[in-house]
Amino acid sequence: MSRSSTKFDMKKVQNSELVTLTYGALVAQMIKDMDTTEDVNKQLERLGYNMGIRLIEDFLAKTGSGRCLDLKDTADKIQTAFKMYLGVQPNVANWSAAGDEFSFILDTNPLTDLVEIPEDLKNLKYCNLICGAIRGALEMVQLEVQSWIVQDQLKGDQNTEIRVKFIRRLEDAMPAGED
Amino acid sequence: MTEDTLFELLHSEVVHYALQNDERSNQDEDLSIIEYIGFSVGYRIIERLTKDMSRFKDELDTMKFICTDFWSAVYKKQIDNLRTNHQGVYVLQDNSFRFLTKISNGKQYLEAASKYVAFTCGVIRGSLSNLNISCLVTAEVQNMPSCKFHIQVQRT
Repeated sequence: MSRSSTKFDMKKVQNSELVTLTYGALVAQMIKDMDTTEDVNKQLERLGYNMGIRLIEDFLAKTGSGRCLDLKDTADKIQTAFKMYLGVQPNVANWSAAGDEFSFILDTNPLTDLVEIPEDLKNLKYCNLICGAIRGALEMVQLEVQSWIVQDQLKGDQNTEIRVKFIRRLEDAMPAGED
Repeated sequence: MTEDTLFELLHSEVVHYALQNDERSNQDEDLSIIEYIGFSVGYRIIERLTKDMSRFKDELDTMKFICTDFWSAVYKKQIDNLRTNHQGVYVLQDNSFRFLTKISNGKQYLEAASKYVAFTCGVIRGSLSNLNISCLVTAEVQNMPSCKFHIQVQRT
């Protein structure tokens, strides 16, 4: 095959795979560094959080979207963000009766392409990065949420399900003595 | 491109993680973790990039591939200048290196630059290593955001 004909393939390869591979290498390194899987999970969430608080700026700048009217609106926007950054569109489903909890259901997850979890790391929450990113991003727009993984394809589930629970709206805290 | 942002953020988290995690040892140690992560990425990605390609003619041909196709796949642009002494030393110059363009251009953060090029040194070393060229890669930043990568091929 001539070299020029592979150029198009390369464009496709690069984006998601670069992230996937880098993330994979990082997770592997963390597992080596830390004693318990629990610590790794925590660290991954933390990492996602750090990315989320920056990612939201990028998201707002690129989409120019305004305030969300309700949590449904927020869910839709996060759905758009999934599409933008990971190239997959999850379904929003499983709303709780009170309307303060919902799930993203991903059929495919580019982050876990090429990934297999060995038997002894069954507790590893490989996708905790996404949970962290959601929490970080929403915190920057004054929403405190909890996010966790319910189902994981890496552990043999049909889909990957990420649960988001609304905790409260954050108020701007005024520095002391500035009324 | 939006996915690019994700990669850049992830990269800075890699740097952040490797450095925060290390009060006990010196700075060389820190960078070696980043470099190693880069190595694993390079080692794997090159396999996926070259799987449908014909064999490279020689070392120089391989380097050219790294400078053009490989670089634009990973860093969105080609290497601006490739120099070699034909004895196993290659110097790749990128005048606007992706991970440095987001950092202020002056001299102020020059010292911090080494953190942000270590990953790429690893990527180059990993890729070449998978193509059966074992080498040493070092980076040199004199003026942000341009960066020179020195590749020293090791022959035994």
